[in-house]
Amino acid sequence: MDINALLNDPNFLPWLIPVGPLLAFFIISLLTSRSKMTPATSAAYGGHHPDYDGMDVPIVTDRSRVVSIIVGMSGALSAWILSLRVVFEALAVQDFGKNVLASSLDWMDTGLTAFRMGVLVDPLTVIMLIMVPLAVTMIFIYSIGYMANDPRQARFFALISLFAGAMLTLVVADNLLLLFFGWEVMGVCSYLLIGFWFEKKSAYNAAIKAFTTTRVADVIMLLGIAYLFFSTGTLNFRDIMYNPMPGQDMAAHVEETGDHSAETAVAEGGAVVVEGEAAAAEGDHSETAAAEGEYGSEAHVITWAAHLGETPAIFFGGISAAGLIGIFLIIGTIGKSAQFPLHVWLPDAMEGPTPVSAMIHAAAMVSAGVYAVLRMYPVFEAGGHPHDGVFTSPLMLMAVVGSVTALFAATIAVAQNDVKKVLAYSTISQLGFMVAALGIGGFVAAAFHLITHAFFKALLFMASGAVIHGMEHGEHHVHAHGHSHGHDDGHAPAALPQGAGGGPLDPRLELAMDHGHGSADHGGHDAHGHALVTTHAAHDDHAEDHGHAFDPQDMMNMGGLRKTMPVTFITFLIGGMSLAGLPLITAGFWSKDEIIAEAWLGTTKGFGPHALVLICLSLAAFMTAFYTMRQLGLTFWGDNRTEEAAHANLGRGIVSVAMTLPLIILSFFAIVAGFVGVLPDFPILGGIFTPGKVAPFGALVEKALVNPVPHLSFNIIPVLISFTVALGGLFLGWLMYWRKPLTAGQKDPMITILGDSVHTTLKNKYYFDELYIMVFVKPSQWFAKNVSYEFLDKGLIDGFLHLVAAVFTFIGDLLKVLNLWLIDGVSDGIPTLIARSGKWFRGTQTGRIQQYMLFVLIAALVIGVIFAVTTGVLQAAP
Amino acid sequence: MVPLWMYLIVAAIVFCIGVYGVLSRRNAVAILMSVELMLSSVNINLIAFWRYTAPENMAGQVFAAFVFVIAAAEAAVGLAIIISIYRNRRSVIVEDVNLLRG
Repeated sequence: MDINALLNDPNFLPWLIPVGPLLAFFIISLLTSRSKMTPATSAAYGGHHPDYDGMDVPIVTDRSRVVSIIVGMSGALSAWILSLRVVFEALAVQDFGKNVLASSLDWMDTGLTAFRMGVLVDPLTVIMLIMVPLAVTMIFIYSIGYMANDPRQARFFALISLFAGAMLTLVVADNLLLLFFGWEVMGVCSYLLIGFWFEKKSAYNAAIKAFTTTRVADVIMLLGIAYLFFSTGTLNFRDIMYNPMPGQDMAAHVEETGDHSAETAVAEGGAVVVEGEAAAAEGDHSETAAAEGEYGSEAHVITWAAHLGETPAIFFGGISAAGLIGIFLIIGTIGKSAQFPLHVWLPDAMEGPTPVSAMIHAAAMVSAGVYAVLRMYPVFEAGGHPHDGVFTSPLMLMAVVGSVTALFAATIAVAQNDVKKVLAYSTISQLGFMVAALGIGGFVAAAFHLITHAFFKALLFMASGAVIHGMEHGEHHVHAHGHSHGHDDGHAPAALPQGAGGGPLDPRLELAMDHGHGSADHGGHDAHGHALVTTHAAHDDHAEDHGHAFDPQDMMNMGGLRKTMPVTFITFLIGGMSLAGLPLITAGFWSKDEIIAEAWLGTTKGFGPHALVLICLSLAAFMTAFYTMRQLGLTFWGDNRTEEAAHANLGRGIVSVAMTLPLIILSFFAIVAGFVGVLPDFPILGGIFTPGKVAPFGALVEKALVNPVPHLSFNIIPVLISFTVALGGLFLGWLMYWRKPLTAGQKDPMITILGDSVHTTLKNKYYFDELYIMVFVKPSQWFAKNVSYEFLDKGLIDGFLHLVAAVFTFIGDLLKVLNLWLIDGVSDGIPTLIARSGKWFRGTQTGRIQQYMLFVLIAALVIGVIFAVTTGVLQAAP
Repeated sequence: MVPLWMYLIVAAIVFCIGVYGVLSRRNAVAILMSVELMLSSVNINLIAFWRYTAPENMAGQVFAAFVFVIAAAEAAVGLAIIISIYRNRRSVIVEDVNLLRG
């Protein structure tokens, strides 16, 4: 194969996109294993863990740090550049959507046919390829600064490279199985990354929780995939959802046209691009028309998905095969994108470093869940027509789950005090928006919100990481320079840093440690023995005054940070406004508005799910705006509530630049990304941003579907709803938290408004974690301990082994006795016999000569007699 | 002439006395004496047979002479041994010489 031709073939390029980060993972893993063993109590090992006292722990060498950064960034940049190239090539394809960039190879022989795996770039992939590599690269740059002093930085870059590689694999996959591979690898990476600081018990517990919760959902998703394969014989997206179904004779069709022999366009040097279906489609259309006689009557193509929508499912007669498959696949997304009831892992996942949170919860993992449902949308829609009120079960499920989640998570976010937890619940809520939008048929709206959300959420997470970083800097500053530690304020939240004193700490070292303290606030939690940044646990002159340690993530400890961290403030503000949906100038507004518009349209037609979605999402949007304003107010406005906040800043130098540059870039996108989706008939702005008949974003995305999607037209009411909820929420937040910013020690006004019990319930996340522990975790642990361990393992298996051992021991003893008696008896008996007989014979040897003589005489006589008798001598004598 | 069998009987009786002596005497010298008796009886037998069956052949006399000589040598050697034993054991009782008993 000609390498040049290959590299210029746009069909082939998508293969290379995930290769960069994956290769980076392997190279970093192999090359950067050098560490210096340092005593665990030294300052370089910032996360002091009491179990490691007296031991040496490995801290990565500087050279390994540099190598990991360089290789990691190269991987991410290569993916980004290649994605941009692929996007340009794809957008240049004629009739993009019908013609796609695709390339696949035989992966597994299955008799007459082969299961093929490959890459596909269709409109949906294009938008993901615009967003994902950009966000990932930003996160990589951010990580350079954030993890600059972490003892295991190289491992971090290896893992996020793997993560990025898996996400990109998922994005460019052309079949459900390869998507699932990427999905699962991301699940593993989430475990590894959330539990990155594995010395912390809360971190590794959170990692296990994340992995097992998503795994539960993944098993069910796999069932869906299996059923889909069983029904259709293929898992290729185009084959199932875009290409017309092969006729009755499956085998013949598959050999002629059904598989992607037309799509495998590798190696035609240089020419622009492949189509795949253009020729094959004509042929098939006519054949299916002949076979089924339906084509031509309507514009809908009979794809596998459509067919499955008419076939009843195997087990549950009431729904179609597509419905059952859809439900299973959606359950996969419910787990991966943290929808109710499998949302419990996401807030705990805040234990991981902030770049991980940004990656997992904004750009990659949760987006993967929504991307998967976007991909499989035709399967969910099959048999129904949401725009006309005919809902299939998967769509209903999505609408209900999405709206419930959106509302439910927004209510919890209102009562959280940890800056990252608010964002976590906000993520869950926004993902609920996307899923609900898809449930009511808003394919374009959901995709739009996915993209804008990724941008502003990644921005928000990274900005919050900068805030935390700054707070830790402030905390350390307060330690090291021995300021009066606010003993005298007597304010509960202004908790004292534990273990102060000692010699001057190296300022560099405390900077990047985000130990993700994992609890939302101070109220009655137990002391973090080792959770603190500081390593000098020797002196606790201050710790005994307060039962709890200083939590740099608690918003009640912040306040007034706009003065010391202005860039972070502006970018956080922009991201927050985008999240809240500040009208017209933020991307979040446009995407949210489109969802609300879809819901409104359906509600006017009287469809139930649309109404549900409208109400829940509007309320959720209102609360989103409110808690965002609350978060901004508590963190940045007003005055510093603690000494640490007064000194919070990012410092100067490469760390702060590495951390603020991505924020600036992403805030640009958080504003601008929305303008590609402005409806054409939007007053004034529609004319400016959307010259054509359809918004550019929508025009692109809807080409991914084979059946046309009805276009939204402008309606003033949903816009008014969006304006009202956004501005209303922002105003309410401003009223409560900005006009009179909270001072140190002041109680959160939400507590008084909602009442103690309601507020506590919200703060404790409706006690879902406790419920799951009681219902799932404890029984599993009981089962594991008593059944698996005691009964099965020790009882049955060990018992069986003991039994076998006992039997053989018994046989052995038996043989021993046999041995002793029989063999030893014989082999000892014979010599004994001989000895005794010898002894007896010895008796004849008396040593007395006369005795011997007597014997001789007797012998002679006997011989003489015998001689005489036998030879007859006696007779012969006359 | 005296019949042959008379000489043979005499020899036999002497022989038996000799055997009896060898087997039952305690003193080693007495045993030697008994051995001499046995040898003498053998001599009587030899001469009797020579005289009565083939007197012209000298073989008989020669044989008897041999026996005499050997008896004498043997007595000498035997006495030497007894003396040697006596020197070691201070006793010539044959029963006491039973070191070779098993």
